[in-house]
Amino acid sequence: MEKVLMKGNEALAEAAIQAGCSFYAGYPITPQNEIPEYLSRKLPAAGGTFIQAESEVAAINMVYGASACGARAMTSSSSPGISLKQEGISFLAGAELPAVIVNMQRGGPGLGNISASQADYFQAVKGGGHGDYRMLVYAPYNVQELWDLTLLAFDKADEYRTPVMVLGDGILGQMMEPFEPTPYVRPILPEKTWALNGCRDRQPNVIRSLYMAEGELERRNEILQEKYRTMKVRDVRYQTHAVEDAELIVVSFGIAARIATAAVRMLRQEGRKIGHFRPVTLFPFPEQQLRELAGPHRRFMTVELNAGQMVEDVRLAVNGRSEVLFYGRPGGAIMTPEELYERLKDECKG
Amino acid sequence: MKKTTDRQRSLKKNPFRYCPGCGHIIIHRLIAEVIDALNIRERTIGIAPVGCAVFAYDYFDFDMLEVAHGRPPAAATGMKRVRPDCIVFSYQGDGDLASIGTAEIIHAASRGENISVFFINNATYGMTGGQMAPTTLLGQITTTTPKGRDSGQAGYPLHVAEMLATLEGPSLIARTSIDSPANVKNTRDLIERSFRCQMENKGFSMIEILSACPTNWNMTPAQATIWLREQMMDVFKLGVFKDATEANGSSG
Repeated sequence: MEKVLMKGNEALAEAAIQAGCSFYAGYPITPQNEIPEYLSRKLPAAGGTFIQAESEVAAINMVYGASACGARAMTSSSSPGISLKQEGISFLAGAELPAVIVNMQRGGPGLGNISASQADYFQAVKGGGHGDYRMLVYAPYNVQELWDLTLLAFDKADEYRTPVMVLGDGILGQMMEPFEPTPYVRPILPEKTWALNGCRDRQPNVIRSLYMAEGELERRNEILQEKYRTMKVRDVRYQTHAVEDAELIVVSFGIAARIATAAVRMLRQEGRKIGHFRPVTLFPFPEQQLRELAGPHRRFMTVELNAGQMVEDVRLAVNGRSEVLFYGRPGGAIMTPEELYERLKDECKG
Repeated sequence: MKKTTDRQRSLKKNPFRYCPGCGHIIIHRLIAEVIDALNIRERTIGIAPVGCAVFAYDYFDFDMLEVAHGRPPAAATGMKRVRPDCIVFSYQGDGDLASIGTAEIIHAASRGENISVFFINNATYGMTGGQMAPTTLLGQITTTTPKGRDSGQAGYPLHVAEMLATLEGPSLIARTSIDSPANVKNTRDLIERSFRCQMENKGFSMIEILSACPTNWNMTPAQATIWLREQMMDVFKLGVFKDATEANGSSG
């Protein structure tokens, strides 16, 4: 297939159209503005609806309404805007409505800056909003994966009736890179018999997340937890490089994994026994796969563009069987491959 | 004796569990009556708000979506845009529409979304136990204005219908009351005009309905009706504040 050259944000937006997204609502925020701009030009021509909402809160609730009526719906934002969407994401999870939510992360906390960051890891994978829920979280590390995982995100949202997050960052959204726009092939998915479209020839459908009767909400929560358990069995994605004989395994996701890949390659060329493990799904986290790699003969180094978030999940996964180190840069600071190379080289000496 | 009416097809058989004298009962019934009369039950989707009327889906017998506090106009926007063939209405209280959801209602109205909004104004937060609402009258005692609402400390009652009528987007903006048989009938007529406006693709309409909450007003239903008429209707004047239904065609 012929490759095309596109900006990450635009590739993601086009992938959404190809996946049959027929409703988008969003609010401007850097560094993801190319997504609403692209969709405002292209989505109506594809038969869909684009709305620039009055706020992030309104945007996620427009998505909630469109999804309740059976449409494939998406919103996108960056960190501060994603904080505003948390109420709506919790309601989507509670009402079991599919939606795709894109976070092109920037530095925080607060208004932070507009540099790339991975500081929303906890928010994305641990819940973010109120209540016991999870989202399936995809962490693409190049434009090819932005395309592929966005297509997949719509299918998984429908399959599980759940909000799915594509967690990118400012670099990924802004950079141009050649990739293959693989055609979207729709899998067989369950009919949306729950959708609201008028009670013609059927009983009325009610979509809600309020369950007041004794024990009812606990049972509803169990249904959600069962979905998350199924995801853990069926939807874990990850990639490894040179881990077999590695004495040090670097664990990183998203754009940090691009930096780490370069540093690890340099060290491998020098004969260092170093490998790389890249989670592609952050929830479900590849804990089993990391656990199998753990042992007293090797150490792990988690590399993130934050002050240390995923490292907690790596530590839980290896459960004390290996030492887990951390190297990170918070606040939108970005490490160079050379900087990481030096840091990793120090650890390889032992 | 002659049977003059029956339970509406658009209402379930469940008995209402609202308090005695609560306006939701009358308003639910009026909406159901109009939906039956217009024969649109099988393509109607309602929005249940946060508050006492969250249980609207226990009474309305058609598709319903429960929406977060203040967000029904945004959700209704998403619903109507993807299902323009359906009739979409939101049912919202004063805390929902006039406080936490002011941005959503103003912008849905400004976009001229082709939806119907029924705004139930009872000057208090019913479900949470009678706190001050954005529409609470000056001097009105609530659980969070124990000495009565003081404008210096808590501002003034918000006149939503007048405010929305200043916008170019909406087609029909009115305020009505259910304090008397004549006003109940007027309310029914305005609900019908709102649905017709939407059916004819004429855009956004909001009907503000003044309604009693005897429980949180600490009154009997009879006293509450008098307070509604004498106090609330004095501050919130009834009327049609904007009617552009003739001007706003489907091409708009």
